[in-house]
Amino acid sequence: MNFKTQLKEGIITQNPVLIQNIGLCSTMAITTDLFNGIGMGISVLIILTCSNIVISLLRKVIPNEIRIAAFVVIIAGFVTMVDLLIQAFLPDLSSSLGVFIPLIVVNCIILGRAEAFSYKNGVLASTVDGICQGIGYTLVLVAMSVIREFLGSGSFGGGVFNGGAGFQIFPADYGAVLVILPFGGFITLACLFALVQWALKRAENKKKEAK
Amino acid sequence: MDLTSIFSISLGAILVQNFIFSQFLGLCPFMGVSTKMDTAVGMGIAVTFVMGVASAVCYGVDLLLVHFDLAYMQTVAYILVIASLVQFIEMFMKKTMRSLYEALGIYLPLITTNCAVLGVALLNTQNGYNFIESVVYGVTGGLGFMLAIVLFASVRERLDATAECPKAFEGFPIALMSAGLIALAFMGFSGLDVFK
Repeated sequence: MNFKTQLKEGIITQNPVLIQNIGLCSTMAITTDLFNGIGMGISVLIILTCSNIVISLLRKVIPNEIRIAAFVVIIAGFVTMVDLLIQAFLPDLSSSLGVFIPLIVVNCIILGRAEAFSYKNGVLASTVDGICQGIGYTLVLVAMSVIREFLGSGSFGGGVFNGGAGFQIFPADYGAVLVILPFGGFITLACLFALVQWALKRAENKKKEAK
Repeated sequence: MDLTSIFSISLGAILVQNFIFSQFLGLCPFMGVSTKMDTAVGMGIAVTFVMGVASAVCYGVDLLLVHFDLAYMQTVAYILVIASLVQFIEMFMKKTMRSLYEALGIYLPLITTNCAVLGVALLNTQNGYNFIESVVYGVTGGLGFMLAIVLFASVRERLDATAECPKAFEGFPIALMSAGLIALAFMGFSGLDVFK
């Protein structure tokens, strides 16, 4: 198994959000500041890796007919653990992510990777796959939160840097509140998608020209 | 139990707190199934039904969990209930409503992973709704989902057929962009919160 290609797939060529178009709900709903983005990204990364490991270990035991139900139970178990841990140690994160932590259970990324990868591959490859896809997802969340936080409230790193206050780049009064509202989520993600589509096409054209 | 609270819950679930446009729940099927009008309608009906039934059943399950002091098992229990419910509906439809079953195809089992369904069950518990309120919230939430997906499908049919747009935005990004514009329009409903 090649770690480098898997990492590249997770971040760019097979990025869960930008290329496979899954896991959209949380991507748009919680990316209002950097703290939420990183918190959600890392929770998904941990759950994805753990469930990938367990599912690839059990892939010969789970019968094909009931595999979806089995996946869901395994994932739900890990989600409950992470949910309880966040409630205990990061109550702020728990209150700002709210219902979206238990909803990681139905995040298509995790079920999708179980179905497409870890049910068919060995433990080591599945672990690496979980980590890489998780990193790809986290990067998208971080990009979204940085853009929305900057345009919406003029700050950077809210909840993470500078004792939780973040750095104020321009006064919050001048921020476009619209970007933090649902409308801004759709538009920001659309622009991000367009950017990736443009970059991929450009890279492809360059390759063609080189040939 | 008064009618005002039911009315305000319904109004909230359909317009003000629309599951798609203001709570971001159920976006994957919303983006995936909205390319054609008839599948969008079928999906809307199926989701409304599942959300209504799931709210009712999960209310009972929650009572049991609280009684046995197992509230931390909520997520696991709910998702199991929803998964078996969807499986059951699938078998039922296969026997009795063949045409709708075939029209929905792969999307029927996928309702299990629709976050709107699990979301409505969790929100019912979080908001402390009683049985009737839960069912009303589930059904009207589903109707809100249906409204959103039907509106969006009609926009998208034209978008794919006729609209010109920059190369980089073709396909998925421009669809998201138009969903964003509908969300902007839905923000206009936020003033309707008259009963709270």
